Amino acid sequence: MYDPTVARLTYRALLGRRRALILGALPLLLIVISVAVRGLTGADDQTASDVLGGFALATMVPIIGVIAGTGAIGPEIDDGSVVYLLSKPLKRPVIIFTKLIVAIAVTMVFSAVPTMIAGLVLNGNGQQIAVAYTIAALVASIAYSALFLLLGTVSRHAVVLGLVYALVWEALFGSLVPGARTLSVQQWSLAVAHKVAEGELVTSDVGLPTATVLLVAVTVLATWYAGRKLRSLTLAGEE
Amino acid sequence: MSTLSIDHVSRWFGNVVAVNDVTMTIGPGVTGLLGPNGAGKSTLINMMGGFLAPSTGTVTLDGRPVWRNEAVYKHIGVVPEREAMYDFLTGREFVVANAELHGLGAKAAARALATVEMEYAQDRQISTYSKGMRQRVKMASALVHDPSLLLLDEPFNGMDPRQRMQLMDLLRRMGDEGRTVLFSSHILEEVEQLARHIEVVVAGRHAASGDFRRIRRLMTDRPHRYLVRSSDDRTLAAALIADPSTSGIEVDVAEGALRVQAVDFGRFTTLLPKVAREHGIRLLTVSPSDESLESVFSYLVAA
Ligand SMILES: Nc1ncnc2c1ncn2[C@@H]1O[C@H](COP(=O)(O)OP(=O)(O)OP(=O)(O)O)[C@@H](O)[C@H]1O
Ligand SMILES: [Mg+2]
Repeated sequence: MYDPTVARLTYRALLGRRRALILGALPLLLIVISVAVRGLTGADDQTASDVLGGFALATMVPIIGVIAGTGAIGPEIDDGSVVYLLSKPLKRPVIIFTKLIVAIAVTMVFSAVPTMIAGLVLNGNGQQIAVAYTIAALVASIAYSALFLLLGTVSRHAVVLGLVYALVWEALFGSLVPGARTLSVQQWSLAVAHKVAEGELVTSDVGLPTATVLLVAVTVLATWYAGRKLRSLTLAGEE
Repeated sequence: MSTLSIDHVSRWFGNVVAVNDVTMTIGPGVTGLLGPNGAGKSTLINMMGGFLAPSTGTVTLDGRPVWRNEAVYKHIGVVPEREAMYDFLTGREFVVANAELHGLGAKAAARALATVEMEYAQDRQISTYSKGMRQRVKMASALVHDPSLLLLDEPFNGMDPRQRMQLMDLLRRMGDEGRTVLFSSHILEEVEQLARHIEVVVAGRHAASGDFRRIRRLMTDRPHRYLVRSSDDRTLAAALIADPSTSGIEVDVAEGALRVQAVDFGRFTTLLPKVAREHGIRLLTVSPSDESLESVFSYLVAA
């Protein structure tokens, strides 16, 4: 199911200089913010939870997911170089699955690791807040990668659409319209984080069972559908 | 030895018909797919390579369908028209990756790079390559697994004459080895130099097929049109139409010229000056009026 050559090509494309800079910028910002907040207000569990929930999980993780998920396949489809993968005796789902693994790994590294560091800086993992948000970031990385990989497979405007989803739906709409919160990767991963954290600082609008089912369903369905789309992807001439 | 069969294949995009009911068989040796821009060459090659589903009809390689059949790529090598190719890799890394995707290793990659004579630049990043170098590395990536069918879309585009000759030699060699090699081009001379067999497509239709000499004859024997200005257009017109090499004349009053259509090119070119001399007419302008490739091609469609 996993092809090491496809993985290598994908890693190199994702971690090319320009993209690596973009991927590194937000985590750096998170850590700078955390250091500043800690310096200004001292260690405070509520503040830690606000920063990690409001910036790390609501903004940074989805954006990194967009960059890694769409970037794992979108540019190749856009510029046509995907033909070098498609012209091989290689099952299309293998290509998708491998790219998913790579996108997940990259999203996890660039989102969960800085979340953990920021959490430790903010309140030294008091009430397990750092660990809880790190786990939420890990869980969200999987679902976002699958979603945005699919988006990169079906749309030429994947990055823009992905950012709109991440910023408008997850961050804005989600906090205004109660119903939208049920359909939000962020809320599902918060349900997992809620279980891990002590106290009631980390909350979610969704119960853990529902969240788990939805996370798994979205990941599996998106990956399956991306495989199908790649199978019927056609390479037409340049219009 | 491989035979590619295209059987009543059409492909449309919305209401643009890019390929219209084409049937052809491509066998071993080098075949040129000739047609003007927008004729449907790339669309056809994409369907031959299994990257595009025909709207109707089938494409098979030795009886196996190519669409949605990844296993067929063990036998097909593809050199796409588009430039993009993992520019952040070196030539060697790129060809090795292609070999690995076929379940082969660095040895196959080295052999392919040697075949296209790219060893000297194999450790440079592809982004630094010239067009010709890119083309050769693409070629190497298509050859790693020793395919029996090679599909190349406009492989000579942007190459200088020396690179062009090298690639032609290579393709000729591939054809002589019994591989089925198909390349597209919109330049007749290019196709003529290389291909034993030519398939012509114009506006999505299969316009002509066969030995290059036959195609060449079809192209030179077509009616030629000339714009002629002289000191006495009407007398000249009367004298020309009396000869069977002239099939039509129109007096274009606005232009102040004759539009002459000649069926026998050789005979007409000797006739015109002779007739003018005999009648004491001075020829002011004689210019062919439809030498564009498109008009040559559209003649072929009608033939
Ligand atoms: N994806 C597409 N969507 C809409 N129309 C398309 C698409 N691909 C090709 N066409 C149309 O189909 C026709 C054939 O295009 P194609 O690229 O196959 O021609 P071509 O012979 O390769 O031309 P060129 O010499 O310019 O490469 C053109 O009219 C083109 O506009
Ligand atoms: Mg083309």
